[in-house]
Amino acid sequence: MAKKFMFVNRKAPYGSIYALEALEVVLITAAFEQEVSLAFLDDGVYQLKKGMMPKGIEMKNFGPSYRALPDYDIDKFYVERESMEARGLTPEDLLVEVEVLSAQELGQLMEAQDVILSF
Amino acid sequence: MNFAVLVNEGPYQHEAADSAYLFCRAAIEAGHRISRVFFYHDGVNNANRLSEPPQDDRNIVARWSKLAEAHGVDLVVCVAAGLRRGIKDELLPPGFRISGLGQLIEAGIEADRLVTFGD
Amino acid sequence: MLHIINKSPFDRPTLDTVLRVAQGGAALLIEDAVVAATRGCIAANKVVELAKKMPVYVLGPDLEARGLADRVIEGVQVVGYDGFVNLVAEHRNCQSWL
Repeated sequence: MAKKFMFVNRKAPYGSIYALEALEVVLITAAFEQEVSLAFLDDGVYQLKKGMMPKGIEMKNFGPSYRALPDYDIDKFYVERESMEARGLTPEDLLVEVEVLSAQELGQLMEAQDVILSF
Repeated sequence: MNFAVLVNEGPYQHEAADSAYLFCRAAIEAGHRISRVFFYHDGVNNANRLSEPPQDDRNIVARWSKLAEAHGVDLVVCVAAGLRRGIKDELLPPGFRISGLGQLIEAGIEADRLVTFGD
Repeated sequence: MLHIINKSPFDRPTLDTVLRVAQGGAALLIEDAVVAATRGCIAANKVVELAKKMPVYVLGPDLEARGLADRVIEGVQVVGYDGFVNLVAEHRNCQSWL
């Protein structure tokens, strides 16, 4: 039986490698036919900001990789409302279709997971 | 119970590798099994046999090897994260092996609990 | 769920996030997070708030290492690594709030 895997992203992109390497794990998980979802809270919501251009810091732009995830049947992107609003962002600023959840709703969703991987 | 452990930080710089090791030891003492420890991000630096701490300090790398030898713990270093940081076969201490991220997901599927240690 | 917290409240907002998001189970403070559960720490009220929602545990060896073992606030329980293992085993899932 498939397990519920949730990837919890709470760190900003580019300032550290966690976001990029988390994405690499998510892509691999797609091959295991598990129930996969991604949650973005705190600075993690910056990982989904449209228009990333890391050329000037000579890093790889991983925005397109997020966009590709639905092709691998990974399309559950949850964003915590308070984290998003505290950063002046709206769903229109984000590069994938997300479901905005209250802290409580997200907490309940976390409770229902089998495996939580936080990066 | 069968536990899997994920280590996301290198030795010494951060307490994560210590916490992870002490958790593993306590779990084994309590009669549980640690099926796998997966090293990711800078955690791959736990698998550097050239590490040589001062004599009055704990030897984090050697401690992992002993755990593997005494209790059959599978110590797996992520190949992609390892290559990025120069951790290759010739650097591996006893008991460690290099493999893909699939081993992390597999551990999450098969273990009763997956516990993450990181920054 | 067992919520594992390892950050000092002076360093990162992890404790605030857990207070907001976590819906039950238990919380365990380890590594630098243990400072939050000590008397006189201005973040201790957050631990008190969390303890109203779920049992809060703090890792003894990390407290002792930092010279804080005699300052633990009331309402939290000190455990060793054996207790840490038991908490993971007792809850059907766990999350490290990295």
